Amino acid sequence: MKTTVQQIGAALFCGALFGFGLSLSGMLDPARVQGFLDIFGAWDPSLIFVLGGAVTVAFAGMGLVRRMGHPVFADSFQLPTKTKVDMPLILGSALFGIGWGLGGFCPGPALASLSLGYGTVAIFVVTMAVGMILHDRLLAGRLS
Amino acid sequence: MSPYLQSLAGGGLIGLSAILYLILTGRIAGISGIFGRLVQGSSAALNGAFVVGLVLGPMIYRAGFGSWPVVTITASLPLVIVAGLLVGIGSRMGSGCTSGHGVLGLARLSPRSMAAVATFLATGMLTVTLLRGSL
Repeated sequence: MKTTVQQIGAALFCGALFGFGLSLSGMLDPARVQGFLDIFGAWDPSLIFVLGGAVTVAFAGMGLVRRMGHPVFADSFQLPTKTKVDMPLILGSALFGIGWGLGGFCPGPALASLSLGYGTVAIFVVTMAVGMILHDRLLAGRLS
Repeated sequence: MSPYLQSLAGGGLIGLSAILYLILTGRIAGISGIFGRLVQGSSAALNGAFVVGLVLGPMIYRAGFGSWPVVTITASLPLVIVAGLLVGIGSRMGSGCTSGHGVLGLARLSPRSMAAVATFLATGMLTVTLLRGSL
């Protein structure tokens, strides 16, 4: 499918809204993310409000999506087709969680906080890209 | 604004962005998917535009509030490298991260996303507990 100017504009706008929302929510801060995961220590529950707010709005919006025949700027919705909980899903999510806990970074906040110019953030983003390439080149398809 | 209210409002905007992206382009705003496809060079203009927007987000925040959002990094460099590799490999293997599974997956009531979120929250909590020696 050909990418249109409208789609690129929508991606830029939604990306900026996402990055602004992350900034406002406090989730850009790895120390607060780790504080949320530290349930037996100095627990910071604020991430529940971030996730709760995000899921509530997205859930309400899904009602509209279900009534739409096609997206505004495309011919069809591209939703995940897999339904089975399988080994790659669980193992991948488990590894993701360990990495998330070690650094306090997940992909969205890490990319957004590149704008602050910290070298550590840039190194995280580069190694995350390396991890993705390693998976896609070497591991994809071997686990299922 | 109280921190919790600010988190709720920020979360609401994240949800709005994700659902708007789906309504406009028909695609899931999963950041690991978007960045992964960008790295692979697939739909580079579209995925690149989203990432550029993402980087602009904190700049817009700064323009509006007069200061950068707080980012406190405590992890050492070797730890950051291991964390980056695990997040990269894990998010691709698990078909998503905190945004794709955590926001849209849960909103779509997807069993796969519920399993993914429960798993990464559990291993994330375990990791921080061991890292900080909280138990």
